[in-house]
Amino acid sequence: MQVPAPFDYVRATSVGNALDLLERHGPESRVIAGGHSLLPMMKLRLARPEWLIDINDLVELDHIVEDGDWLRIGALTRHAGLLESALVGRLFPIVHDAERVIADPVVRNRGTIGGSLCQADPAEDLTTVCDVLGAQAVIAGPGGERVIGMPELHRGAYETAVEQNELLTEIRFPIRPRAGSAYEKVERRVGDWAVGAAGAAVVLAEDGTVAEVGLGLTALGLEGRATAAEEVLLGQRPTEELVVEAGRQAAVESSPTEDQRGPVEYKRHLADELTRRVLRRAVARARQFDDIAVQRS
Amino acid sequence: MQVTTTVNGTEVTADVEPRELLVHYLRDTLGLTGTHWGCDTSNCGICVVLLDGVPAKSCTVLAAMTEGHEVRTVEGLADGATLDPVQQGFMEEHGLQCGFCTPGMMLTARALLDRNPHPDEHEIREAISGQICRCTGYATIVRAIQWAAAHPAGNGATGATTSAEATA
Amino acid sequence: MTTVQERPGNPSATAADRPIGFGRIQRKEDPRFVRGKGRYVDDLVLPGMLHGAMLRSPLAHARLVSIDTTEALAHPKVLAVITGKDLEGLNLAWAPTLSADVMAVLVTDKVRFQGQEVAFVVAEDRYAARDALELIDVEYEELPPVIDARRALDPGTAVIRDDIEGRTDNHIFDWEAGDAAETDAVFARADVVVSQEVVYPRVHPAPMETCGAVADYDAVDGKLTLYETTQAPHAHRTLYAMVAGIPEHKIRVVSPDIGGGFGNKVGIYPGYICAVVGSIVTGRPVKWVEDRSENLMSTSFARDYIMRGEVAATREGKILAVRTKVLADHGAFNATAQPTKYPAGFFSIFTGSYDLQAAHCSVTGVYTNKAPGGVAYACSFRVTEAVYLVERMVDVLAAELHMDPVELRLKNFIRPEQFPYPNKTGWEYDSGNYEPTMRLAMEMAGYDDLRREQTEKRARGELMGIGVSFFTETVGAGPRKHMDIVGLGMADGAEVRVHPTGKAVVRLSVQTQGQGHETTFAQILAEELGIPPEDIDVVHGDTDQTPFGLGTYGSRSTPVSGGAVALAARKVREKARAIAAAMLETRPEDLEWEKGRWFVKGDPSVGKTIAEIALGAHGTVALPEGIDGNLDAEVTYDPPNLTFPFGAYICVVDIDPGTGKVTVRRFIAVDDCGTRINPMIIEGQVHGGLTDGVGMALMEFIGFDEQGNNLGGSFMDYLIPTAMEVPDWETGHTVTPSPHHPIGAKGIGESATVGSPPAVVNAVVDALSPFGVRHMDMPCTPARVWEAMQGRATPPI
Repeated sequence: MQVPAPFDYVRATSVGNALDLLERHGPESRVIAGGHSLLPMMKLRLARPEWLIDINDLVELDHIVEDGDWLRIGALTRHAGLLESALVGRLFPIVHDAERVIADPVVRNRGTIGGSLCQADPAEDLTTVCDVLGAQAVIAGPGGERVIGMPELHRGAYETAVEQNELLTEIRFPIRPRAGSAYEKVERRVGDWAVGAAGAAVVLAEDGTVAEVGLGLTALGLEGRATAAEEVLLGQRPTEELVVEAGRQAAVESSPTEDQRGPVEYKRHLADELTRRVLRRAVARARQFDDIAVQRS
Repeated sequence: MQVTTTVNGTEVTADVEPRELLVHYLRDTLGLTGTHWGCDTSNCGICVVLLDGVPAKSCTVLAAMTEGHEVRTVEGLADGATLDPVQQGFMEEHGLQCGFCTPGMMLTARALLDRNPHPDEHEIREAISGQICRCTGYATIVRAIQWAAAHPAGNGATGATTSAEATA
Repeated sequence: MTTVQERPGNPSATAADRPIGFGRIQRKEDPRFVRGKGRYVDDLVLPGMLHGAMLRSPLAHARLVSIDTTEALAHPKVLAVITGKDLEGLNLAWAPTLSADVMAVLVTDKVRFQGQEVAFVVAEDRYAARDALELIDVEYEELPPVIDARRALDPGTAVIRDDIEGRTDNHIFDWEAGDAAETDAVFARADVVVSQEVVYPRVHPAPMETCGAVADYDAVDGKLTLYETTQAPHAHRTLYAMVAGIPEHKIRVVSPDIGGGFGNKVGIYPGYICAVVGSIVTGRPVKWVEDRSENLMSTSFARDYIMRGEVAATREGKILAVRTKVLADHGAFNATAQPTKYPAGFFSIFTGSYDLQAAHCSVTGVYTNKAPGGVAYACSFRVTEAVYLVERMVDVLAAELHMDPVELRLKNFIRPEQFPYPNKTGWEYDSGNYEPTMRLAMEMAGYDDLRREQTEKRARGELMGIGVSFFTETVGAGPRKHMDIVGLGMADGAEVRVHPTGKAVVRLSVQTQGQGHETTFAQILAEELGIPPEDIDVVHGDTDQTPFGLGTYGSRSTPVSGGAVALAARKVREKARAIAAAMLETRPEDLEWEKGRWFVKGDPSVGKTIAEIALGAHGTVALPEGIDGNLDAEVTYDPPNLTFPFGAYICVVDIDPGTGKVTVRRFIAVDDCGTRINPMIIEGQVHGGLTDGVGMALMEFIGFDEQGNNLGGSFMDYLIPTAMEVPDWETGHTVTPSPHHPIGAKGIGESATVGSPPAVVNAVVDALSPFGVRHMDMPCTPARVWEAMQGRATPPI
């Protein structure tokens, strides 16, 4: 098996300590949490940090807490933890839909939500999930803490707004009444990267029209949300006609590339088909809740 | 650097390079060759061990990361001469052929049954879906795990093969 | 669903429950594996052992300009760096292949495939060896790569094998079988002719354990001990002797436990040779174990056949003839492992299970800038390709005639009274009785109900497919006058010894990689002699301790070695009869056999057990004339013919019309491998092969881009099914013994890999027939299925 190039290793004892270490060891240092994005790259010698700062001891970053109108998820929360959380599944079924198809169950025991978001692979499912939920990212740095939205967090493939000397500490999902969400992915096999996937989150107004909607695609060449598709539904009743139109728009907004997983035409079709499916499911889930009390109980 | 890990219930301290992968630490430094490896990209799951009771791909964990933690390998499944019901189940139901993926499969089975003593077929298949077997076609692995679930106390087998020992 | 129950045949069951001989017993080899005490090559640690690592070419076709190893040699933990130039001095830069070609061990002139071996580092540990690879500086001059096999023979294409004098193109061979004129005549007058290009794409056996070796050359003794992942230890020993100039009696090849072979571990790879040279040069043992990308990129791939198939038939569905032209992509060197006279292996079995008036095939082999190989992954020597072609073509014909695919097959099966059946390409099928097997599969599947369900689903726009495959394969190579590999006849030996206390040892020339030989061969002996399997030691894999033979691949262990064991056991039994007669002071013809003892005819209480006879043989009993004092026998078995296992497979798939995703809902497999030694092990072999079929049909593929970059060089890209992609298998069996085999057994190891891909693809095509699809090629990934639905099915290459 392939093995990494040599590096130095240190364990962080706190968030502050981790930030100090990142500062001290400079641009050739990286944090490692689950390690299932970073270590494979290091074994293939595509990444060669000189220092690894192990943050697995920072238990304060492993939490799922309901806090007013926000669900706060520590960056060190493992994929398996998210999948096992009934609270997460109830409030944000999209997370469970996605987690069930992220990597495989063994990888999910180690990989973290923070690691996935910071890796920012174009085929990263949680990126899309966070986008459509309108999540916020809490970043700790030498100057203190800042909170930014997803559009600011994502800068492109493998690039985020988390600076070299900063640490993503928490992701926050807004809790809304009459909310539903869903995710669907096509993969050739369990554990494969997505051929294509789509995520949807809707919040319905009391009159059943769409108050808020987030639509996103994975591995289909769309960074951020499918805003034109979202426009189709905002303020409207989510009829099947509009769902179809939103799907069509999502396909227009996508710009997939051809590879072994499929040609452009097929992937554009997936953008359409999967957007429709997740929209339908998200709406159906939102309609299950009359009021926030039922949803949160 | 020095690393102290509890391996199969015993605390072990050894010198490691930071880059040493857990799978190599177990196999080459500790001589526990029951944990195998099969790929370079963390896909095949041949290298699965239990890290704090939970399946992990030991090729994607640094030995250094196990400082202060517990690792259980296939060598830690049997209780002396008494095989774990999972091990017995794999023999009863022909859950192995070449044996290369077997240690990882059994450990994942053990962890699954510890959490969920009566998994259904789908739950079993999902639990082992991060691990590839090229020989068995998985159905006998499923049956092996079902056998272990149905016989939580095993059947006393020691896995001996001579007629004298078998009737003990 | 299985109900778990106590079964006979287990150590916990009483002795009375356990069959002595054929039947379901637990495997004798399992105890060490479940304890993690298997002994695989990478587990071996020898004193002073060093580690090797291979530097490989990133380019598919390039001239080697220079190699600078200075920096690597300066690494404090590196002891040696071997290049092609160093090997040239030892006459080892090139080695003969199993197909009368040569292949580079380490590059001297140019690299011919991405991943080809360039230099070999020997270092103190594996991490240092890996680091040192980066310190070797290689300069290449890129050449245009030849990647498309269909264009490999175009005029003006770069010549890959300019190492061979006089070579001006990329042509390897032309080979044909059957009667072309007769076949053409039948086609000319046929009412119906269907034609289809059918591609069997490049795939890889990918056993979970990669290839590797520990070479230990003792300079004082002049003896080389080579621990190797090999399916054919004796053949390797002889080949190393021929190639390396070390006399054969000074070479010991040991195949320890092997983590899967599937034909990947038949050939000799440059890494093994370099490990040997490294050991000679350093005076210490050298371990070399490849990583997964090396395995996928450089070791023997499988298939890569582009086949144009044609079937001639009557309008009523009588198949008259099958004709095919094949383009075979062999990669950069012709290194396929198959008998010498069969450059396309046993592809000429493409006549399948059908009674034909004529048949003809022609195969053209070409070089491309890809890894060498072709015969691997349970192909039974290209039988996978042959069966896939004929079973796909029969379905194409069924669609053309609007006939049910089962009905069409039933109409054309070779009939039981026609066996032994001489097919139109020179094979004599030993035995067969196809219809009951087919009908059993249909009954198990509930075939009529499935078709009804399909009709209902189609009306609702749901896509459900039912695919059938009825395969006849030919395995158990083979009669030595026809079949040899590099001049070594394909016979195999077995040696049986019964110890004075009645326990026994059987030494085999074949080599298990998970098939359960330590159990099944003990069972053959148990069946013949009545010694319990747990009292029999099965020894294999060490050339110092076992008789000569050609090893395990092509499902040949049971047909050939199994035959040898049975015959050796019978020799022992006959000897035992003579000794028993002497002990009982009677004549041999007055004795009768029941399993485990000879007794006096008419007086069953008077007899001698095998154990008693063994003690007598080694004791003081006056032995009859011509009988020496042991209960041992040795046989080298030259099989009179191959064997012809067969089976009926039915696959049910559902396809998501919005995404093209195929789900295998059910798979029914009825196999006939003749006499069944251990049904549990047979079932396991079948399950594994069925998974191969689903894998190849839906996801396995080694593709290349135009620059010759291998796109399937890791498990991220080369996808093997997990437990989630396959159903619970439904298996059944019929038994039609082989008339020529000593125990009537035919072998089972590759049947399911051979028979299942067409079943799955036939099911997918059946599901898509509302879209007018009559063929699509593997792999049937969601994208490729969806494209087929849009009328845009394309070959994968």
